[in-house]
Amino acid sequence: MAKLEVEITVNGEQHKLKVGSQERLLDTLRDELKLTGTKEGCSVGECGACTVIVDDQAVNSCLVLTAQVDGSEIITVEGLESKSGLHPLQKAFIEKQAVQCGFCTPGMLMSALALLNTNPTPTKEEIKTALEGNLCRCTGYQQIIDAVEMAAEEWGV
Amino acid sequence: MAFKHVNKGVRRVDAYEKVTGKAKFGADLEFANMLHAKVLRTEYPHAEIEKIETAAAEGMPGVRGVFTAKDIPNNLFGVIVQDQQVLADKKVLLAGDGVAMAVAETEAQAAAALEKIKVEYRELEGVFDPLESRKEGALKLHPEKDDNQVIHHPLRKGDVKKGFAEADVILEREYTTQFIEHSYLEPEAVVVVPNEENHLVSVYGSIQNPYATRNAVSAVLEVELAEVRVIQNHIGGSFGGKDEVVSAMAARAAVMALKTGRPVKMVNSREESFTESYKRHPYHLTYKIGATKEGKLTAMEIAAVADSGGYACQTPFVTWRSVVQATGPYEVENVKTDTYGYYTNNPYTGAMRGYGSPQVIFAQESLMDELAAELGLEPVELRKRNMYSQGSVTASGQKLERHTVSLNEVMSKAMEAIDYKKKYEEYSREQPGDKKKGIGLSISFRGCSLGAEAIDAAASVIQINKDGSVAVYSGLAENGQGLKTIFSQIAAEVLGVPMSEVEFKELDTSFTPDSGSTVASRATLIGGNAIKDAAEKLKGRIMDFAAGKYDFKIDQLELKDGFLYDGQGNRLATFADLTGEMGNTGILMSAYGWYKSPPISWDEEKGSGNPYFTYVYGCQIAEVEVDTGTGELSVLNMAAAHDVGRAINPENVKGQIYGGVMMGLGYGIMEELEVRDGVIQGTNFHDYMIPTIKDMPDIKPVIVENPDPDGPFGAKSIGEPTLELGSAAIANAVAHASGRRIRSLPLNLERVLIGRALHKGGK
Ligand code: FES
Ligand code: FES
Repeated sequence: MAKLEVEITVNGEQHKLKVGSQERLLDTLRDELKLTGTKEGCSVGECGACTVIVDDQAVNSCLVLTAQVDGSEIITVEGLESKSGLHPLQKAFIEKQAVQCGFCTPGMLMSALALLNTNPTPTKEEIKTALEGNLCRCTGYQQIIDAVEMAAEEWGV
Repeated sequence: MAFKHVNKGVRRVDAYEKVTGKAKFGADLEFANMLHAKVLRTEYPHAEIEKIETAAAEGMPGVRGVFTAKDIPNNLFGVIVQDQQVLADKKVLLAGDGVAMAVAETEAQAAAALEKIKVEYRELEGVFDPLESRKEGALKLHPEKDDNQVIHHPLRKGDVKKGFAEADVILEREYTTQFIEHSYLEPEAVVVVPNEENHLVSVYGSIQNPYATRNAVSAVLEVELAEVRVIQNHIGGSFGGKDEVVSAMAARAAVMALKTGRPVKMVNSREESFTESYKRHPYHLTYKIGATKEGKLTAMEIAAVADSGGYACQTPFVTWRSVVQATGPYEVENVKTDTYGYYTNNPYTGAMRGYGSPQVIFAQESLMDELAAELGLEPVELRKRNMYSQGSVTASGQKLERHTVSLNEVMSKAMEAIDYKKKYEEYSREQPGDKKKGIGLSISFRGCSLGAEAIDAAASVIQINKDGSVAVYSGLAENGQGLKTIFSQIAAEVLGVPMSEVEFKELDTSFTPDSGSTVASRATLIGGNAIKDAAEKLKGRIMDFAAGKYDFKIDQLELKDGFLYDGQGNRLATFADLTGEMGNTGILMSAYGWYKSPPISWDEEKGSGNPYFTYVYGCQIAEVEVDTGTGELSVLNMAAAHDVGRAINPENVKGQIYGGVMMGLGYGIMEELEVRDGVIQGTNFHDYMIPTIKDMPDIKPVIVENPDPDGPFGAKSIGEPTLELGSAAIANAVAHASGRRIRSLPLNLERVLIGRALHKGGK
């Protein structure tokens, strides 16, 4: 199969890659770039475990071909922590016990990040809408909502 | 008692790894030279295998081997009954049975090889209903057995004939429950590495019960337990579900790792996970209940038939919990209960959060409301007249006296939290329009830990390093529920060190003693006691040493915040200096902890004895709105009050409650794995819907604490009770709102509207 050359920026780092025309962004991240923080839970766009941010939008990386995102800027869960420490969302997820098994967590964080980037003061309903595509079987979601609310508050200041 | 770490909502010790993406789950693992494998599964629920041709598959690019049952040293395994096939040999018993497997350089190559495997089947008739399976003359599914019965548990108390004769009102009702998929977010994944550090095979992955998996792998390979090492990685949810299915996966990978001499990785897709994993048992329940007109129960006669699917799996124990708890938390003089499990050619069923309780509670708590209506009593009142109080005697003849029987307390606290009385009165009045509100409750008692199922003991190891840091090992496994945090808190509390000094280590079966499985909500209770035991042993040594060194009596000394204090609050030494010095003088600074549960008993024939050494009590209340025009059902509010003995970590307990209530909501109103003639219809989340964030009602968790004399710091259980109560509470609320009693789960749209399901296969 012919390989396509793509250039993507992931968590601030540029990558020139040769990918198959049918390669999913999820596989590029996990298998090529070894960024295994992004999870695969269903492969059909139903669970949100594979959510990453592509040019400010939260997307299911299991539904996106890497060739489609040539030239894009991508953020994964590994890109949240910086030299100055954990991101307010990460801190809030820890603080509010929003993590149980942790398998949904990377995707939840990415959807929440996309929300707060465009809407820094979301209502509870807006949080629910932003996270609707992210399934969690452990937490019952309440502490995740609490965490996003807390992050929004901290971030605001 | 003033605690430093226990009873506090301290942060999870594994949260940092999980919010940064650093936590490695099974599918994230990589080893040098690793191969990938896939399993070919049958689509037939019942068929003889006439021929399997693998030659074409073997010649495919990248393929390093194709294997069938004849390559498996010992093809049968199982925790209770060894009837489960690693790969189907002569016969497939359920659609999803593995028949062959291929290992290749890449996953895609392994998958491509499967397409070239030719299997010839001779289709057999199947049995798809346990009520058919139990009939005399039914097709026998396991020819070596007398019939299709997996198990029968009887319980007899008093004389039901006499009891029904004394009754003014007798009700007979039937209830049914559905297949449920665990729906852990992480599909199963393992890697098996051959010949690593003096082990024939090392198994890594998302494994709920490392010792059960080790037992299975060693039995299948026919090698000693010491040759198999299981290391648990982060596990993306389990809820009872990553036991046998993962053991089978590990055993298959182990066979291939030994054949090829290379690490072998297996990761299920969601579809594979749905197809092959075991489910929660559907039950068919018949209840007969008698009561006087004053509302005193006189007799109960119960039969519960569970669908075991193709294998026995955990059915014998699941149905045992049902027999113990089938009457609910009520005093009944005369009881006759029979629970059964039968083989069918349906997906097999096993452990899932609740373990035989959600089914009987749905029936029995629905029935209590039906009886209350019949007697003209309020649901709360009928319960109050019959429910257990201190010193009550259960159906099996156990006197509840060693722990606090807190049903009344959990019930009134839940009622308070949701403003039950006011709402009950309001919604009992005529409501105009199509939209009607209702409120309903359910209560339960639940035996903690394994009970008389098996030996109930667990181990721990605590090691104090020379710098005062503390390493904690447990034989029980983190499943996402927060065990690492709870155990670290207990160790920190006893040793008087900050949480930051405690390091919880991964479970490695070659290092920590076999502690059984992390099931039955037993981790905090049994495993927590084992941690406490090891920590107390070490503390004893430290205090002895310190008393000698500083010339104090032991009771004048205190370990706190990483320091040794005298009775006056003066610091004598840091924990690190003191324990470092002990290490340097040759004192052993590590200890094994062990805890074995107090004695329990069970008479299989009569169904009597003391099956559990302690119980927890819970009450959940649901407030719903039903659109009687469209059938739309919304759960608006829920309250969940649970007596946990002591909350080691209240924030964690709340997390368990929120999660359990939502899983119970899914069980109650949304989820149903449709199985038609043995075949699952829809194997991903667009067909099988679990609750999303939009389905959340407002949930009020209420933690009730009555410390248990046998729990670590008084703690008992929380994981499972949270899920078992919701469906009945919702069903009762729906009946309250609409006047419609639905006796089948899930209470979906059609059932609410017309009282029965519209789609095919509906009851
Ligand atoms: S893996 Fe992409 S949405 Fe589930
Ligand atoms: S924490 Fe386990 S799925 Fe969300």
